[in-house]
Amino acid sequence: MSELSLAASLRGDWGRVKAVAWKDLTAERRSKSNFNAVVAMACLILLFFGFALGPDAEGLRNAAAGVLWLTILFSGVLAFNRSYQLELEAGALEQLLLYPGERWALYVGKLLANLAFVFLVELITLPLTAVLYQVAFPERWLTVLLVLVLGTVGFVALGTLYAAMASRSRSREVLLPLLLFPMLVPVLIAASGATASLLVGDPMGDSRAWIRLLVAFDAIFLVAATWAFQFVIDA
Amino acid sequence: MRGVSAQVHAGEVLAIMGHNGSGKSTLLRVAATALRPTRGHGTVWGADILRDTQRVRSAVALLSTEPGVYGDLTALENLHFAARMLGADASPTTLQRALDRVGLGREGGERARNMSSGMQRRLSIARLLLREPKVLLLDEPYNSLDPEGASLVNTLIRETVARGGGVLLVAHDLSRADGLPDRTLAMHDGLLGDEPRLTHRPLANELPVGSVA
Repeated sequence: MSELSLAASLRGDWGRVKAVAWKDLTAERRSKSNFNAVVAMACLILLFFGFALGPDAEGLRNAAAGVLWLTILFSGVLAFNRSYQLELEAGALEQLLLYPGERWALYVGKLLANLAFVFLVELITLPLTAVLYQVAFPERWLTVLLVLVLGTVGFVALGTLYAAMASRSRSREVLLPLLLFPMLVPVLIAASGATASLLVGDPMGDSRAWIRLLVAFDAIFLVAATWAFQFVIDA
Repeated sequence: MRGVSAQVHAGEVLAIMGHNGSGKSTLLRVAATALRPTRGHGTVWGADILRDTQRVRSAVALLSTEPGVYGDLTALENLHFAARMLGADASPTTLQRALDRVGLGREGGERARNMSSGMQRRLSIARLLLREPKVLLLDEPYNSLDPEGASLVNTLIRETVARGGGVLLVAHDLSRADGLPDRTLAMHDGLLGDEPRLTHRPLANELPVGSVA
């Protein structure tokens, strides 16, 4: 393939990436059903963990990072199922797969839409966690945001792939968490480790190691999932 | 499908008839690259359906039995998305023209979910009008359509043939096809048999635009 035709092909696929992301977000903006359900679920998880941990302020503060990430994981998984549910209605998936263009464009489009969705959910859960778990505004709040972004990218990269895998199964709601959660263990450990450390001012300076680990996981997950998507969606 | 072998020529309409479950739609989906055959081979517009799926997808347009539209998007948004995915002109004028042609000119802002099955079918036909495919694959194209809609499908077939494209049409009833098929084959239990009739129009080109074997 010549450089010119490769550039034209990449331009076409980037156009498809934007089209898929636009379509998913427009559909979600119209119905809002998924967003409302996911936010409600996130609030309930935060509240229930709070009740289970008890009124001890110190205990709540120590658990805040872990609870926040579990909330993001448990509620976010609902969003991934919905992302493919759209395609299964009225045979849209077959049509989607028959458009010309590379499969990775479909994956990246869905990834971007899911990222936007989960970030929006985090916009609500983050301040709620701070209030319920009595967490003071962290000194290094920009680094906390960086950890949130890195953890979310890793989570959504895998979630988008595994949701495609589970989408054609009748029991996809059960299958997706069963497939996805074991794979997310490294992200959960690194993200909650970094967040917990940063929330108490990072006295041991260990957040940097966790962040490096998150960057490595993200790179591996993004590359592997983008490559594997073609086999999953055509299966 | 077993032992199926068929060719569609440029400027030709090939119809395949058969009962429910005879394998007609499977054949069409294999030709469109929506399904990968376990054995055999096929070409569409010179591109191999197993190895060169990108070129096949650029050449074919499939009208499936399901409309393949997004319920939460409006008719115009559905077309806008399809145009962007196809790399076709997505300007409001072009999209509106496509909707006008299928009789949905006033329903552009209507969500697809609120449309009847016939209107959704028309919307999926409008999607076909966004470009000029070399090969048109039609799966039970007259389903859910009123006489006006059926006439629209026949116009689409005539236009494809007139520009030298090929049409593969599968249906269990060809009474609304207006005598358009040049050849008709019958399919039973995944086997394709010859049923020569309706060959009343000279073919524009003897080169096959597609074959499956």
